[in-house]
Amino acid sequence: MNVYSATLGKTERVIYKLRGLYEQYGYSQYKMSKFEEYDLYVRNKSFLQSASIITFTDTDGKLMALKPDVTLSIIKNSKDTEGGVRKVYYNENVYRVPRGELSYREIMQAGLECMGEIDAYSISEVLGLAAKSLSEISDEYVLDVSDLDILSSLMDELGIKDGQRSELLCCIAEKNTSEIDKLCFMNSEAANVIKALVSLKGGSDEMLEVLKGRACYDEACEFARTLSMLQTQFGARIRIDFSVIDDTSYYNGIVFKGFVRSIPTAVLSGGRYDGLVKRMNKKGGALGFAVYLDKIDQLECDTVEYDVDTFVQYSNGDSADMVYSTVEALTKKGERVLAGKRIPEKLKYRTLIKLGEE
Amino acid sequence: MDMLNIALPKGRLGEKVYSMFEAAGFECPAIKQENRKLTFENDSLGIRFFWVKPSDVSIYVERGAADIGVAGKDILLEYKPDVYELLDLDMGKCKVAVAAPKDFRDNPKRALKVATKFGNIAKAHYASVGREIDIIHLNGSIELAPILGLSDVIVDIVETGRTLRENGLEVIEDIVRISARLVANKSSYKFKTDMIDRIIEGLAKEVALASKTKKEQI
Repeated sequence: MNVYSATLGKTERVIYKLRGLYEQYGYSQYKMSKFEEYDLYVRNKSFLQSASIITFTDTDGKLMALKPDVTLSIIKNSKDTEGGVRKVYYNENVYRVPRGELSYREIMQAGLECMGEIDAYSISEVLGLAAKSLSEISDEYVLDVSDLDILSSLMDELGIKDGQRSELLCCIAEKNTSEIDKLCFMNSEAANVIKALVSLKGGSDEMLEVLKGRACYDEACEFARTLSMLQTQFGARIRIDFSVIDDTSYYNGIVFKGFVRSIPTAVLSGGRYDGLVKRMNKKGGALGFAVYLDKIDQLECDTVEYDVDTFVQYSNGDSADMVYSTVEALTKKGERVLAGKRIPEKLKYRTLIKLGEE
Repeated sequence: MDMLNIALPKGRLGEKVYSMFEAAGFECPAIKQENRKLTFENDSLGIRFFWVKPSDVSIYVERGAADIGVAGKDILLEYKPDVYELLDLDMGKCKVAVAAPKDFRDNPKRALKVATKFGNIAKAHYASVGREIDIIHLNGSIELAPILGLSDVIVDIVETGRTLRENGLEVIEDIVRISARLVANKSSYKFKTDMIDRIIEGLAKEVALASKTKKEQI
C-alpha cells in the first residue's frame, strides 16, 4: 500500500520516524493504561507540567486520573533491574491544561526513559537521541543542555542560602542578569560568576574558563567532555545553556530542552531524575525526555495544494465496472482518486476525468 | 532576510522605548508617520515594530508572534510568561504598593479585602506575610474600591501617588519596584541570537548613558 506524503501530517510522519529511531537503539515500546490512581500525581505534583488533572471515581470507589504525564507511570510500574539499564520508549496521549490555556487538551507525547545504572554512555546516548529526535522535526534545531549538579555545587560554594536559591534559579531561567545583581547585591563574586554562566554562548571552553578553580571544576570537565563528543557529531546545535532549569527535588545532573525554528516554545524536554526514582523507592537512576508532538503541527503547511490528484466524474449511463477499473488503474499509479457524479464544492483536484467523454 | 518582530507597548512608555531603539541605531522612520498602519518595517535593518496593549506584550512574545518586546515588570510578575528577561531599561519606573484610606487600621480577625488587577502579585505578597486575603479582581478605577467599601485596601501601581492623595488614600506598604524590561521569546533567541544580542548591546549603552546623564544632573 502506498502511503502518500500528503496523507500523513507532519506529526504523524515524525511519530513513525521517532519510533524507528528509538527501536534502532534498543528501546522497546512501553504501552500503558490511560488511567492511573490520582494519588500518584498528588504526591508528585511539582513534577507535572500542569497542576490540573482530570479525575473520576472508579467502580470500586478509587479516585482515578486521566494520565497527565507518562514518566511517573513508567517509573512507578517499572521493576528494579539488578545491574544494567532498562530502555523504553512511548507514544501516548496525556491530558492536561497546556500553559497559557484555559481548558484541558488531549496531547500526544513521545519520548523515552533509560532506567537503572546510568553511566556516561547512557547520558551520551540519550542526548544524542534527543538531538536526532529534533532533527526528525526540523533541520534547524538547538538542544540546550545544562547541569544542575554544577549549578548546585557552585551555589553552595558561593554561599547562596536556601531561601535565596529558588528565586535565583528563576532569574537564571530568565537569563535575568539585572535581577541576579539585585539578589546578590551583598555577594558580587556570586553575581559575577552566575551572570557569566548565564551569558555563555554554548561552548565548553568558555564554561571551563568561568568555572576554573571552582569546586565543581571536575564535574564541569566531565560535562564538557560529554558535550564536546556530541558537538563533534551535531555541531553547534548542541549548546551549553545554564538557563535550562528543572525542579531540583526531582532532577539532578544533566537537564536539557530542544527548540526548532518557527515553534515558540521547547518541543523537547528532558533530564536526569534520580530524585523521582528515589521518591518512588526504586533503585538506581533514570534519564529520559519527552517530545511534545502537539507543538509540531505548527510546522504544517497552511494550505493543502490538492485534495485529490484526480476526480473521476461519471454519469448514470456509465457502468460500475468501467468506473471501478478506471479508479483502480489510477490508484495503482499512486494517485489519490475520488469518483463521483458531481464534483464536491471547494474540492481541489489536479486532473478531471469525465468518463462519458473518454 | 529573516525579520525580527518587536512588540512595543502603546502609550507614552512605548514612545520613550522606541526613542531608545532609535538612538541605539535600530530606527524605523515609518513609525513616526501618522497613519493607521499597525506594523512598521525597516527592511535594511531587518526589523519590524508593532504597538500592542502593554499587558499583551508578554503574550505576543511568549507565543512567538514577537521575537522581542518591552513589558513592565508588573506584567511579568503577574502573568509569569515563559520568556527571557534580558535587560532592565531603567525607564517607566514606579512601584506596586498597598494603599488604604488614611485612617485604615487592619483587623487581623478577618480576611483582608484587597481590590486589584494584580491578583497574583497580591496573593504572593500576602502569602509571604501569612495574611489571609479576599481578592476582588477589578480592571480599572481601583482607587474607588476602598472609598465605596468594596475593599479594605488596594494593590496597584503607584507612580507619583497623586491619584491616591486626591482620593484620600495613602501607600501603607511597598511590594515591588518596577521598570520596563526587554523580553525575548526563548525559541527566537536561539535562532536570532546575533540580532537580539546587538539590540541588547545597543540598548544597554543607551541605558548606561541615560543613567550617567541623570546622575550628572543631580
